[in-house]
Amino acid sequence: MAHLDTTTNAGQLLAAASGGRRRRGDRIFSNTAVIAAVTILALLAGVAVFLVSEGFPALTASSAELPGHESFISYVAPLAFGTALAGVLAMVIAVPLAVAVALFITHIAPARVALLLGFLVDLLAAIPSIIYGFWGIFVLGPAAVPAMKWLEEKLGWIPIFEGPASITGRTMLVVGMVLAVMILPIVSAVAREVFSQTPRKLQEGAQALGATRWEMIRTTVLPFGRSSVISGAMLGLGRALGETMAVAIILSVSGGVTFNLISQANPSTIAANIALNFPESSGLAINLLIATGLVLFVITLATNFLARWIIARAEVK
Amino acid sequence: MTPPPDSGLSGAPRRSIFAVEGGGGTLPSWAPYGAVAGSLVFCAAVLAALGWFTIALMLVFGALFSVLSIYAWSRAVEGRRRAKDRAVTMAIVASFGVAMAPLISLLYEVISRGAKGISWDFFTTTSRGVVGGGAAHAIVGTLVITGCAVVISVPIGIMAAIYMNEYGRGPLRRALTFFVDVMTGIPSIVAGLFAYALFELFFGPSIQLGIMGSIALSVLMIPIVIRSAEEVLKIVPNHLREAAYALGTPKWKTITKVVLPTAFAGLVTGVMLATARIIGETAPLLVTTGVVDSLNADPFQGRMQNLAVYAYNQYRSPGVMKQSAYDRAWAAALTLIVIVMILNVAARLVYRRYKTESR
Amino acid sequence: MEGRKLRKMFGSSTNPETDQAKPGTEEGRATMSPAGPVTETSSRPGGPDAASRRRAKTIVAREVNLYYGDFHAVENVNMTIEPNKVTALIGSSGCGKTTFLRSLNRMHELTPGASVKGDIELDGEDIYAAGVDPVAVRSLIGMVFQQPNPFPTMSIYDNVAAGLNFNARQVSKSDKDAIVEKSLRGAHLWEEVKDRLERPGSGLSGGQQQRLCIARATAVSPEVLLMDEPCSALDPVATLAIEDLIGELKKEYTIAIVTHNMQQAARASDNTAFFNLDESGKPGHLVEIGPTEEIFTKPKQKETEDYVSGRFG
Repeated sequence: MAHLDTTTNAGQLLAAASGGRRRRGDRIFSNTAVIAAVTILALLAGVAVFLVSEGFPALTASSAELPGHESFISYVAPLAFGTALAGVLAMVIAVPLAVAVALFITHIAPARVALLLGFLVDLLAAIPSIIYGFWGIFVLGPAAVPAMKWLEEKLGWIPIFEGPASITGRTMLVVGMVLAVMILPIVSAVAREVFSQTPRKLQEGAQALGATRWEMIRTTVLPFGRSSVISGAMLGLGRALGETMAVAIILSVSGGVTFNLISQANPSTIAANIALNFPESSGLAINLLIATGLVLFVITLATNFLARWIIARAEVK
Repeated sequence: MTPPPDSGLSGAPRRSIFAVEGGGGTLPSWAPYGAVAGSLVFCAAVLAALGWFTIALMLVFGALFSVLSIYAWSRAVEGRRRAKDRAVTMAIVASFGVAMAPLISLLYEVISRGAKGISWDFFTTTSRGVVGGGAAHAIVGTLVITGCAVVISVPIGIMAAIYMNEYGRGPLRRALTFFVDVMTGIPSIVAGLFAYALFELFFGPSIQLGIMGSIALSVLMIPIVIRSAEEVLKIVPNHLREAAYALGTPKWKTITKVVLPTAFAGLVTGVMLATARIIGETAPLLVTTGVVDSLNADPFQGRMQNLAVYAYNQYRSPGVMKQSAYDRAWAAALTLIVIVMILNVAARLVYRRYKTESR
Repeated sequence: MEGRKLRKMFGSSTNPETDQAKPGTEEGRATMSPAGPVTETSSRPGGPDAASRRRAKTIVAREVNLYYGDFHAVENVNMTIEPNKVTALIGSSGCGKTTFLRSLNRMHELTPGASVKGDIELDGEDIYAAGVDPVAVRSLIGMVFQQPNPFPTMSIYDNVAAGLNFNARQVSKSDKDAIVEKSLRGAHLWEEVKDRLERPGSGLSGGQQQRLCIARATAVSPEVLLMDEPCSALDPVATLAIEDLIGELKKEYTIAIVTHNMQQAARASDNTAFFNLDESGKPGHLVEIGPTEEIFTKPKQKETEDYVSGRFG
């Protein structure tokens, strides 16, 4: 009867449709997705593996074999120092500015303007690094020379301003300033994000007590955002540590470890050193450069892990 | 309202009930602007008198002075707390100005210096065999290298984001998120070294190909694409997926016919922003694609350079006619900035125009 | 207003029988058959009316227990949802009615960690048997959700045809046109949108969107229609329109509707199932199921009586 017909239909519908085409489509698609995910992991592992394998010969070679006839450590140490110096300097300059910019956009500027301002600050991040390099060496450097002379004259007793002040402006101080401008948008974006998420009830609580705007910011917004800002600062630091072209173009290098920020004699950074020497290198020299690249990779990884750990700890609290 | 008889205040001048400590008055509304103007003038005069006048120093000291002067002024009139508030506000505004100054200066310099090098020749001739010449090969190189990087990165990046958002579970997904975060921190030169090492293993040293540059750029681009794609996929409301499932739609069709179209605008924006990020990269290409003068559109054959490397090279090896080489370098920089800005603005416009409002 | 207009249309051309007879029985049968895989039996006794009645199926639930991970959400449900009738599932919030409803078309298992114990049979076939493709189940048992959710990137036409497009089977353009029109007429929406089928689905009012979702669900010719509080996001006029529509739809489909509005259950359903929760944290369970009139006037359980007379809930 009718019932028999429909039972057959139901059975066919449920059993016949399953398996076969539909399952295959699902399988193909999900497999492709998995492959993409695995590719990511493979790429990352690949970076580590290839760096190690190509850098290995330089790590194990003796001082005599290496170009310059110095050990690997003594080759990379001043570079690592220069990298750290430039990065920390950039962070010291950028972070207070970034916090101020973020506060300005989230709490002081009128709402409509704030969106445009945020876009402008983000534009800073879009500019290619080589252009920052050109700007540094052709514009900021020469413009900073009088200021550096002034620093040498008035504050030259402080080691970082010992001088003699460079006349071209190709100094660590200028590099630090340019890097600061480059990482400002990164730190400011993180700060803006967290400042704008400060709970309303916290802020209104302070305002209801009669606090001035600054007092409210100081007691609610800043403490709330502190660990995010620190994490953002570390992200910016990581970026500054890895920056190549701006440093390669601007910095006048002479190799030694020094804290003098305004002179001609500066240590290079790992990244800039690679960019400057790689094109003309061959053989063990290339392995040496790649080994320094490995060191840089480790340093930036450590910085990023630190940033993440800070955030994780803050979230637990 | 008369004070109570015993207070002894009946003869004293009335104080505002809003007075805090000291002060009791309010600064005029033009006070901040006056403080800034006054400080700038003052510092300019002092610097000139001392013979150290430069615009930079005047701005720096002027900013400092504005903060101090508004503090002192407000302190006298309004009291300590309000003075601090005003001073900090002034400092914040000044900082914003300091942050914007490089942007303005940079754009100004690039436009004014770059304009000198822009010419029809710049876009149509190469540097091959000629002193001077143009950047046509660099422009083609930019398109080819970036294009290949996009072709590699976008499918992998979006599929990985789909995996993480639609299929991934618990620990595996967390691990992937972690590793993608690690990838975003790879310095660009390290990505270049990786591509170099990869090809050196198979093809021997001194190999330089366009595609190597694309691979290096992909390492930088993929995590950006994944991050932004993930964000956009997350926003697609779950009830749309459920509506599709309830119609008897297999999962993969739900993703391709409902989720991806809904997220389309955001995905395009993410890809455009990621492209803008890598299109101006120099360092990874220096170690992979090298420097070349002639036009090469084949990524699998021979060296290639993009606009950024071209600009760098003009600066590094200007040859005999230094200024015109520098002009070309700035012109390449200007072209690059224009491309990047167009991509950035277009990306945001695309998003606003095409995003689907899904409740 | 809307209701009156609908009742006028209702009386004129939305009778499924007339529609099917229109292009001739062959064509009528083609538009009737589900877009999903089915083999047409060569002899169909009776006319289109009997065929549509035959398509509606019975759902039997036996000892159904539903879990979210370790949490026991619903326990020991035994009930029958009768064909061509509207069964309302009522009860206070959190007592498991929606969870149970979603287990009927295998949507419950889409939540990570969710699981089902017991049997649910569609006309004697266990939909949870090993080897059964949940996707196929869902093309037979359709669902309309609380919030109208038309696909925002698609036109009205494409929304209604979505189920057909998503299925692997090719449907010709003219067949598709006919199905879309029939579904929209069946949902009492055709007159309002026939001139703007290419416009996006999101441009409609809430009530229209929900009818669009109903049209979309019926376009794939399911045998059962599940509705999860379909009117809770709508205004009273739109609600009335949907309830009228449900009264029409039951001629072709088996309908189960979750509602927390008792008056709606009383108005629109033939049978009612009352779910309840002993206390928060305990699983929900089926207290009583029976013809609507009985449940509301002479319920067998005291709990039921307390609920329908408003003493709690």
